Amino acid sequence: MRPTATDLKTADAREAVRPRRRRLSLGTREALWAYAFLLVPLAFYGFLRIYPAIQSFNLSLHKWNVDPAQRTLVGLDYYREMLSDAKLHQALRNTVLYAAIVVPAQLVLGLTIAVMLNAVRRLRPLFRAIYFSPYVTPAAAVAWVWGWMYSVNFGILNNAFIAWSDFVTRLGLPWLSIPAQGFLNDPHQALPAVAAVVVWQQLGFQVVIFLAGLQGIPRMFYDAAAIDGAGGLQRFRYVTLPLLNPVMVFSVIISTIATLQLFDQVVNINFTDQGGPLGTTLSIAVYMYQQAFSKFQIGYASAVTVLLFVLILIVTLVQLRLLQRRVEY
Amino acid sequence: MVEMETFGESRRRADAGTVVAYVLLAVGSVAMFFPFVWMVLSAFKPIREIFQLTLLPHAWTWANFRQVLFHTSFPRWFLNSLVVAGISTVSVLFFCSLVGYTLTRLRFPGRSVLFVIILSTLMVPTEMLVIPWYVMSTQYHWVNTYWGLAFPGLIPAFGVFLMRQFFQTLPRDLFDAGRVDGVSEFGLFWRIGLPLVRPGLAALGIFNFVGNWNAFLWPLIIAKSPAMRTVPVGMALFSGEASTQWNLIMAASALAIVPVLLVFFIFQRQIIEGVVLTGVKG
Repeated sequence: MRPTATDLKTADAREAVRPRRRRLSLGTREALWAYAFLLVPLAFYGFLRIYPAIQSFNLSLHKWNVDPAQRTLVGLDYYREMLSDAKLHQALRNTVLYAAIVVPAQLVLGLTIAVMLNAVRRLRPLFRAIYFSPYVTPAAAVAWVWGWMYSVNFGILNNAFIAWSDFVTRLGLPWLSIPAQGFLNDPHQALPAVAAVVVWQQLGFQVVIFLAGLQGIPRMFYDAAAIDGAGGLQRFRYVTLPLLNPVMVFSVIISTIATLQLFDQVVNINFTDQGGPLGTTLSIAVYMYQQAFSKFQIGYASAVTVLLFVLILIVTLVQLRLLQRRVEY
Repeated sequence: MVEMETFGESRRRADAGTVVAYVLLAVGSVAMFFPFVWMVLSAFKPIREIFQLTLLPHAWTWANFRQVLFHTSFPRWFLNSLVVAGISTVSVLFFCSLVGYTLTRLRFPGRSVLFVIILSTLMVPTEMLVIPWYVMSTQYHWVNTYWGLAFPGLIPAFGVFLMRQFFQTLPRDLFDAGRVDGVSEFGLFWRIGLPLVRPGLAALGIFNFVGNWNAFLWPLIIAKSPAMRTVPVGMALFSGEASTQWNLIMAASALAIVPVLLVFFIFQRQIIEGVVLTGVKG
């Protein structure tokens, strides 16, 4: 069908109008669309992320009252109170200790498993799924299974220790026997026991990150190293490790931030005595939760969250500086 | 000849290394998978067998599942979790990609500043936000509502960052061509951009679903009534309700992981791809 004269005329007219409208507003039009697209998200960030973050600082400087007009300014009183709060100091020590156990363990184990997974071809998807499975398991489920494994009388670990001790005693080597342990009931063992659960649960995520990093290393580097006569260990030392450094920095920072915010596992593994025994597993996040939502010390709890924020910020910045300097190879 | 020999040598050594890798991976798998397997198998054990140290149940039973499904609030918690994880996943997929798209493909004053502001919210730990969120929620009556449960996770900055990375890999010409053809600005995003970032959407969707399904701290605070609990909160408080009926707890755990496992086994390839494309490799 041929276009009629009127069609052509209107088309001409449209063409005539179009460039003018465009020239007028091409940039402006794009900007207006952009702001329209960003309207809801920016409202979200402003109202539900940035405002609450500022509000946190604000709450930490005021004595709490449901009525905003009744909140009295107390200045830095809560921060001064933190200086002499022994329970907070314990939570702080514990949290740093958690990070000191969990972060290196995850780095070493995650990297080792990823390198091995990268070396095998058959069964790789199966192994990958198995190593990732704890990561997708809800903390409550994890806590129950581990709580039962750690159980002093019924637990599989202590039962295994007893069986082992019987075995070595019968062999005439009683000094090899392992006595039953208190695990979560023992103030000296509870924190490492919880840390082990955290490592077990988060390891899969680290493995996935390292696998992604390993797959990003071009094959030719290994081929070149092989031609130069580098063995497996040397290739790992001089090719894999340096090229994986950015991924390791990322992994360390991510797992440090997550561990400093540790909450789920601590609460779930000992729900009736959160942070127990004797506060030996208490983390800062759990302490904040107790202060805010059991004791309703909103102002003080807010000050604790500000402390956590500053702690995470400093640790992240320090790690970025220290770890990235080593990237220069 | 010499060349050939060294090649054969390193091949043999590599094979030995692979065998060691298989053995170690298998041993590690047992340690990683054992608690998981124990949990699932215990769900099929009658109560009297729950503390016995045998892996397989002597008398397999569905009774624990029946009990959990018909005589506890578990189905309601399951529904709540599905609703919350569902709402937030839809929102995350739409808004994170829209923002990611806008920040890469559209030019406007303040673009880089807005990106930095959004990224900087990543530094603020959730712990710092929950108290103001709770204050806000009591004020606006969001306690015990689906909105109250879901709102913190609607547009995570990490998702914006991820989708921005994906949109940056697309050629600009594609969108210019669409613009010349008279496709609307929203159409450029919806009909041209989105279909091309499917791997990113898959990875983001999975991570988000799993994260929301397992979310604990905020739901614990905001779900005051038993009927509004999510699975992780409901299960944590289950011990009170079911006292020490570990068989029920195991059955509930086994049921709770079904959705995440389904999602993971179907999409595990995309998870790796997604992580690769977040720019982890530096």
